[in-house]
Amino acid sequence: MNSSDSAQLSGPSSRPAAATLEFRQATKVYPGQSEPAVDGLTLEVPSGEICVLVGPSGCGKTTAMRMVNRMIDITSGDILLDGRSVKERRPAELRREIGYAIQQIGLFPHLSVADNIATVPRLLGWGRARIRARVDELLKLVSLDPHETRDRYPAQLSGGQRQRIGVARALAVDPPLMLMDEPFGAIDPINRERLQNEFLRLQREIRKTIVFVTHDIDEAIKIGDRIAIMQRGGKLAQYAPPAELLMYPQGKFVEDFVGADRALKRLALQRVRDVDLWKAPLVRVGEPVREARAKLADSEVPYCLLIDENGRPLGWLSEKGMQGERVEPELRSKAEPVLELDDVLRDALSDLLQEEAQYGPVVDHRGQVAGVLSIEMLAHALRTDPEEVPSGADAAA
Amino acid sequence: MFQLAQLQIRKDPTESCEADNGFCPDWIADNFDRYVDPFFQHLYLTVIAMAVGFVISFALAIVAYRRRWLINPVTQVTGILYTVPSVAAFFLLLPITGRGNTTALIALVAYVLLIIFRNILTGLDNVPEETKDAGRGMGLTDRQLLWRVELPLALPEIMAGLRIAATTTVGLATLAFFAGAGGLGEQIFADITFKSNVIVAGGLAVLLAAVLDGLILLVQRLITPWTRAVAAR
Amino acid sequence: MDPGGGGTVSTWIAALGQFGDAIDFIFDERESPAGGAQVGGLAETWELMWQHLKLSGVSIAIACGISVPLGLWLGHIGKGGFLAINASNVGRAVPSLALIAFFVAYIGVGFTNLMLALVLLAIPPILTNAYTGVRQVDRDTVDAARGMGMTGAQIVRRVELPLALPLIFGGIRISAVNVVATATIAPLAGVITLGDPIINVNTYGDEGRLAAAIVVALLAVVTEVSLGAVQRAVTPRGLKLERREATT
Repeated sequence: MNSSDSAQLSGPSSRPAAATLEFRQATKVYPGQSEPAVDGLTLEVPSGEICVLVGPSGCGKTTAMRMVNRMIDITSGDILLDGRSVKERRPAELRREIGYAIQQIGLFPHLSVADNIATVPRLLGWGRARIRARVDELLKLVSLDPHETRDRYPAQLSGGQRQRIGVARALAVDPPLMLMDEPFGAIDPINRERLQNEFLRLQREIRKTIVFVTHDIDEAIKIGDRIAIMQRGGKLAQYAPPAELLMYPQGKFVEDFVGADRALKRLALQRVRDVDLWKAPLVRVGEPVREARAKLADSEVPYCLLIDENGRPLGWLSEKGMQGERVEPELRSKAEPVLELDDVLRDALSDLLQEEAQYGPVVDHRGQVAGVLSIEMLAHALRTDPEEVPSGADAAA
Repeated sequence: MFQLAQLQIRKDPTESCEADNGFCPDWIADNFDRYVDPFFQHLYLTVIAMAVGFVISFALAIVAYRRRWLINPVTQVTGILYTVPSVAAFFLLLPITGRGNTTALIALVAYVLLIIFRNILTGLDNVPEETKDAGRGMGLTDRQLLWRVELPLALPEIMAGLRIAATTTVGLATLAFFAGAGGLGEQIFADITFKSNVIVAGGLAVLLAAVLDGLILLVQRLITPWTRAVAAR
Repeated sequence: MDPGGGGTVSTWIAALGQFGDAIDFIFDERESPAGGAQVGGLAETWELMWQHLKLSGVSIAIACGISVPLGLWLGHIGKGGFLAINASNVGRAVPSLALIAFFVAYIGVGFTNLMLALVLLAIPPILTNAYTGVRQVDRDTVDAARGMGMTGAQIVRRVELPLALPLIFGGIRISAVNVVATATIAPLAGVITLGDPIINVNTYGDEGRLAAAIVVALLAVVTEVSLGAVQRAVTPRGLKLERREATT
């Protein structure tokens, strides 16, 4: 993937790459309704952070988000983008500076992928060469092959691919702020996990200010730098980083919403890469058995892990495979679950439990084995002192 | 009693085929050029009526799309124009516009207004809500949204309306000779009992309708490539 | 009034005069311009209109008798869709004049022959709409009916037909207006209808022709409006009327 200045490569302006956002007593009352949809929302989102708005349906989180780009008008109070009120801006102009990604994605079916992404750049009058370069850049950024994808139509893409294009489209003019409304909501749970991980990887690179709406507290904890829990009537119940939320929930509503399994949820705050992985005894077919046994003795894992020429895990080696002079491909069990360095511990635990495995090989983004994670290690993480737990999107890259 | 116009278009009534009012390939081959001008006149009437009708309907639809209260009155008025039989319409217009192409064209245009207007609106209304939301959220103004997103996505429906309009207009233009505008109908009317004549003139009209229908379909396929994209998985 | 527009204004005033004469024709008998017979007057107008309605009504009734059961059946078993739907496309492409001329040339003149032509003209919209009307009934509803033990015929009668009625009447409406319009050129096939003053203008005169045009137009509008009312009346209240019609 590209260097960290890729996101600013074609950026348009004098303003910083990531804006600050402030809600000041922002209120929305629909005519004829007695209760406000959003009630005096006040919070600040520092530049480059993800603020997650989360709550049960009807709590006003989507309304609050749509007030930022004036898809919904503010009844009273204000919203400041980089210190400037959004009420002063002309809506269409304002929206071109804000990335907008919604749950149903809303790709234009009649335009190719490239033309979809190029929509706002074209509105702003970018040159054709510049647009083309930016489209390719963005497609690579969301892990899609530009050559294969740019001329396709949305109808030809899978749900996951469409979702990525939606994000790429929102990033097209390198906006200082992004609004995302349940962007992973329409994806199946398996792919959702992958997309969340990739999204966080992306954010580590481009560091945008993002307002992210979800109804899923687990997603909020995994993704957010700060979480705003909202309750019915559009009121803010608590606004805090995930660790603080888990350790010191304010009030019964927040406690209930976060859930009784808070300790387990803390596992979502750490990644596999944060843990000291066990060294895996890696062997290849045809290797001398003596060497294999030596590696085994040296490791805390009781079995050898058979890998292919590219270093990818094939499965756990059985005794039978070590009968002769050289290692034979006799497996006692398959490699699954294969875990990634970027997985959160909570997801890794659930994968291990699902496959009823004690150990899982951990691979890097190239698919090569980096170590082994065991259930024992996860149990230890559960007991770790909460103060030592880092927050969501941070990680030593 | 009735009178059938019996212009002597049959040159040689002693020739057995013609005397029998049969289907005579020889006669057809000899006399084909009498159908050429009426054919082009027919084509002219159809194309002009469609073009003018489309422009008017399009303008009405764009205005009514944003001001919904207009939809009902416009539908009622164009509905009445649609219901009045073209033959009656030709003669109702006669005192005002006289015999000739103008009268025929006015009646033909009046007929297609409802069809095209309704199809344009339906096409626009069928644009998915989330696509419009995404468009607005990205900063497209209402006008940009209309021309860059809503109208392109309404194209299949609009073209379907044009196809219906084209075939029915060809059918109605057959009666245009009542208004003094010529066309293939005039040839049919010239000798309605002579099979060869009826088949050629009628056949050419059907052919014209089919060709126009096919052409519009072709254009539709060309300008809406995304509708052909198969979901690749 | 713009003095330069004198030409247009006088045309309009003259036109008004002609319409007045036409209305006159409907009510007062007068001698035919071709000499010999009396034309015009309420009795004759009524007679012509009655012939017109008779021809149209019989044709539509027969067309319904053929298309509705056929369309319902095809829709119920789910086959023959290609035929049912393209019937309308083909039907539209054949001009009514050509159809009538074809019948006159091959079968001859007369009420029955012309009626056949009109039946043929009226079938496609009703068939297409009957078929589509049944197809668009919610499959779950039909499934529930079958699960309750209804036979095929009962399902058609009690579930599919009532739910398809609005569309069926929509098709009947379209056909009725087409037939009423086409019956205007019936005199070409030897059947006297309101079209006679239009086609045989020498006998009735210009006022007669215009009068006939007015009456035909009114007749068509009344047909459309009254059948529209019937269509609304037979729509079960629970159904939304936003459904698009299958044909125009």
